[in-house]
Amino acid sequence: MTPPDARETIEQAVCFTVNGKPVAVAAFALKRLAQVLRDDLGLTGTKIGCDAGDCGACTVLLDGQQVCACLTPLAQAEGRAVETVEGLAARDGTLSRLQQAFLTYGAAQCGICTPGMLMSAVDLLRRQESPSRQQVLDAVGGTLCRCTGYQKIVDAVLSVAQAPAMPSPPGVGEVIGARVERVDGRPRVVGTASYGADAVPADALWLRVVRSPHAHARFVLGDLDRVRQAHPGLVRILVARDVPFNGFGIYPDIKDQPVLADGLVRYRGEAVLALVGSRTAVLGLRDDALPIAWTPLAPIADIDAARAVDAGRVQADKPGNLLIDGGVRCGDAAAAWAQAAAVANVAVETPFVEHAYIEPEAGWARRTGDRLEIHVTTQTPYMDRDEVASVMRLKPTQVRIVPAACGGGFGGKLDQSVQPLVALAAWLLDRPVACVYTRPESMAATTKRHPARVRARFAATADGRLCACDVDAAFDTGAYASWGPTVANRVPVHATGPYRVPNVRTWGAAIFTNNPPAGAFRGFGVPQAAIAHEAAMDSLADQLGIDRLEFRHRNALRVGDATATGQVLTHSAGLAACLDALRPHWNRARADVAAFNDEARSHDRPHRRGVGVGCMWYGIGNTSMSNPSIMRVGLSRAGVLTLYSGAVDIGQGSNTIMTQIAADAVGLPLAQFALVAGDTDLTADAGKTSASRQTFVSGKAAELAGADLRRHILRLANAGAAATLTLDGAVLCVSDRDSVRRIDLAELPLVSGDDVLVGEGTFDPPTTPLDADGQGIPYASYAFAAQMAEVEVDLELGTTKVLRMVAAHDVGRAINPMQVEGQIEGGIAQGLGLALMEEYLPGRTENLHDYLIPTVGDMPAIEVILVEDRDPLGPSGAKGVGEPGLVPTAPAILGAIDHATGVRMTRVPVLPHRLRAALKAKERR
Amino acid sequence: MGLYLRPRTIEEAVAALAAHELTVLAGGTDFYPARVGRALDDDVLDVTAIDGLRGITVAGEHWRIGAATTWRDIIDADLPPLFDGLKLAAREVGGAQIQNTGTIAGNLCNASPAADGAPVLLTLDAAVVLQRAGASRTVPVGDFIRGNRRTALQAGEIMTAITVPQRTTRIASHFLKLGARRYLVISIAMAAGAIEVDDAGRITAARLAIGACSEVARRLPDLEQALIGLSIDSALAQRVRAAHFAPLAPVDDVRGSAGYRIDAAETLTRRLLSVLAGRITGAPA
Repeated sequence: MTPPDARETIEQAVCFTVNGKPVAVAAFALKRLAQVLRDDLGLTGTKIGCDAGDCGACTVLLDGQQVCACLTPLAQAEGRAVETVEGLAARDGTLSRLQQAFLTYGAAQCGICTPGMLMSAVDLLRRQESPSRQQVLDAVGGTLCRCTGYQKIVDAVLSVAQAPAMPSPPGVGEVIGARVERVDGRPRVVGTASYGADAVPADALWLRVVRSPHAHARFVLGDLDRVRQAHPGLVRILVARDVPFNGFGIYPDIKDQPVLADGLVRYRGEAVLALVGSRTAVLGLRDDALPIAWTPLAPIADIDAARAVDAGRVQADKPGNLLIDGGVRCGDAAAAWAQAAAVANVAVETPFVEHAYIEPEAGWARRTGDRLEIHVTTQTPYMDRDEVASVMRLKPTQVRIVPAACGGGFGGKLDQSVQPLVALAAWLLDRPVACVYTRPESMAATTKRHPARVRARFAATADGRLCACDVDAAFDTGAYASWGPTVANRVPVHATGPYRVPNVRTWGAAIFTNNPPAGAFRGFGVPQAAIAHEAAMDSLADQLGIDRLEFRHRNALRVGDATATGQVLTHSAGLAACLDALRPHWNRARADVAAFNDEARSHDRPHRRGVGVGCMWYGIGNTSMSNPSIMRVGLSRAGVLTLYSGAVDIGQGSNTIMTQIAADAVGLPLAQFALVAGDTDLTADAGKTSASRQTFVSGKAAELAGADLRRHILRLANAGAAATLTLDGAVLCVSDRDSVRRIDLAELPLVSGDDVLVGEGTFDPPTTPLDADGQGIPYASYAFAAQMAEVEVDLELGTTKVLRMVAAHDVGRAINPMQVEGQIEGGIAQGLGLALMEEYLPGRTENLHDYLIPTVGDMPAIEVILVEDRDPLGPSGAKGVGEPGLVPTAPAILGAIDHATGVRMTRVPVLPHRLRAALKAKERR
Repeated sequence: MGLYLRPRTIEEAVAALAAHELTVLAGGTDFYPARVGRALDDDVLDVTAIDGLRGITVAGEHWRIGAATTWRDIIDADLPPLFDGLKLAAREVGGAQIQNTGTIAGNLCNASPAADGAPVLLTLDAAVVLQRAGASRTVPVGDFIRGNRRTALQAGEIMTAITVPQRTTRIASHFLKLGARRYLVISIAMAAGAIEVDDAGRITAARLAIGACSEVARRLPDLEQALIGLSIDSALAQRVRAAHFAPLAPVDDVRGSAGYRIDAAETLTRRLLSVLAGRITGAPA
């Protein structure tokens, strides 16, 4: 057992009620109420996102008023009533109207903000039975959500007053295309969903990482044994030499990031030591009390510094600090410039962007004989398994990853964080070991979106046809490779934008610096590149006197067109249809904006409105690399129908999508499915949750698995393909025309585990490698979208308010339209953040009050239009939608600002002071 | 070993402060964010159980706002137009959770340059009451906040109240906050103002202050002077000159550049004056 903290035991018990039940807690009076609820009372429904009152995840009611439990000392609960998410449902488990509304409206995605959001809303609904929209915004304004874009949350809260109708569940075979609620939704609204920090064993040791305060430095460690002896409760201090193979990284041949730095750190926040012991001991030992002798070195701060002739090397074996570069060439770009009637030159600059999932990295490990078991918040259990095995020099089969509920990922949980550290400690000490990052630690240590410098030159002929493009995109990949190669490969393919351009030269390069490692973030560099190609489209359209939307429509990639990689699109290229869907909104908005601006001008008011359009395309899955998924559906002796899915639901809803697809493929009701998800001992590898691939790739595998199980059943019953199935306990009935066959499952031989019938499906999207000129088939399927933004700019203050977005997305087929909308609305929120407020500066914005993400008050009204141009490869025609929602948003907003003001901003975020400076510069011109 | 004292009376509190070096804790909204990821080992005086430290009352010629009064208390209180600006500021502090626990005295004692309460209190001619064992003193808010995270609070002292002179004149007050997002945002710049007029509609007193544009919130005495005697109907916003903002000394930071802050302060001030005039004349801004 962890030695008790002496101070915590001498205090008098604090008495209060929790959800109506009296409790007495004997703990240090200053202890945060959030921690008391979770650790002392076991109420882990209250989440901790920042410990600083910046996110609202820990919101509880104190005497009926919403407060942040992370800012409330235990002592202040004395004699008062505390209410948490666990108290919202009736004793018999019946959900409150608000909880049910969150499920019905799809207001919970990853669910980490849901308990806090519910409590904020309850506070309001108790005082105001039928609140206005503004009152809802004010009530939940202090609670951040990174997944949903807030729209469905607000709708859910507003619906409570109107006694929402409960939709009836769809019939067998009608599940695909239905707005069914999440199959894993209930735990999210009652507070029992178990995230990375929620199920740490009571006897676990805690691990705290000591991190570099310098961007670049050498260091020498002093006598750590003495430190350990001086601090009872400290069990072990892990250093670099304790790590069996001290390098990890996404690519098999680039394991360049040490688990613990070995005498040299390359970015601020890099792991140096790991303190393992009681929680009190590892938290109580301050970094500055440790014997680490630092010798700071000059850091390489950005791409320019890294490319300077005399620049030092961040990685000794990478001359010029170049991680990787490459591009796409087709046609004769040089010749094409000559026939151009209009040329647009654009230079775009984007910063580091933080994922800011509300759940910081967390997990724990235990050793079981010669195996390791790791419970962790992750997007990629199988890559985690293989990486931990590599670091520990174990066989992959010796490592089991059990994914916790994931409180948001967006690409940030595709890398290693706590995994190798807790694995190492648990292995060496043979004790469970847990690690939970603090918010500043999460922000400083883990990956970000790559800062980009994109130079783009596009040309068009007089009839408004694109004829050439030349794009150079340089990405700051930080100190370690991470997903840098993925970004550098994906961007040149996408850099033309979703347009037909016959003559192309695109180039992408990833450059090392002494910044935090840049990794995967929703779009893998494409959102940065899209800002460039969309600015160019606006410029060309304006130069040629063509409407900005019509110019895009004219050049949109269509079926039969060849992309810059020489891939002829044979199916499902719905950009033109998306633009057609936007056109009436576009025309209406242009007229509205013109009227508003005339009025504003005539009254000398400082506000101007504008409307902008952004388009995108996105290749689904890995670029020219195999990325198979294997899914299984089993039927047990007892009649339990189980989907074994190695795909991790990080909030986007793949658990529900996979189950919907499997249900219709088997021909049994959705409600009869049990789900085993992500556990590497119990599922097959369905790849990572990234690149918008789960619906398309794993969904196809689920469809094949369901069909395979159905085939087994029909063969057993000697029934035809049109037979209907019913499962009643352990009896499966197969009805085929007039005959009904009963299959007693208990009598069948076991095939796998308890299952007597198992269907399996595998899908790997067909692609080909790209040659030296980038020619080939990088993706089997592309998503397309066009979004429109209406903004209002305050010319005097430089502030921008996005009033409305209309988003038309070609998703192939919407398996669950509600979830598809949720992905798009959430993507728009992140795109809005990218455009207007998000900028991570190492050492300066390592918290959620200096690093701003959109709140409910920043979100526009969003209308989603689903265009379903079916992809014959995808399950029921579906493509991916995870990333596409974000990509066109910032371009549309920047275009709208330009339309409103005549100022084209190419550096994001467009902070008020930057826009104001640009407006003043324009006035002076 | 950390002390945690939660007295019931001011007397106990000041006695404890005389005996120990204690960190005063009220709403916790600044205390805990400064201690993320480390052991909580402070010796603390929690003032939230002290009788009479919370609430807004009239005491003689002054309004008395108890030190532990929360922003929510201010929003919910039935107060005259004098306090319109303070109520608006209260609504702009953090989100609802912060408003429910954060206190007005905590906002002043924390002395952030971006304290949302500071500029409004300057325009109300507010003063703070500081008490120690056996003595108390009253200090104008403008003298109390000395700099970035520096105040006139001395060892052994505790803030017990903020006092605001009552006004019998026709008065309007207002507050504008500029941030890079809605809710939960640290101000880039703020403007607060209170204007009094006589029966003829002439300005008899004007108090204007800008926050987040200097180490401490600053009044704009030259502009205030320029407004005296003007008719409330005249275009007050046109009286604003760049020179009026000379008292400000903004910095560049992640939220905005120094130049932008000055520029924004001017704009906010113009808009503030338009709203104030509208409040008094009943015309829309």
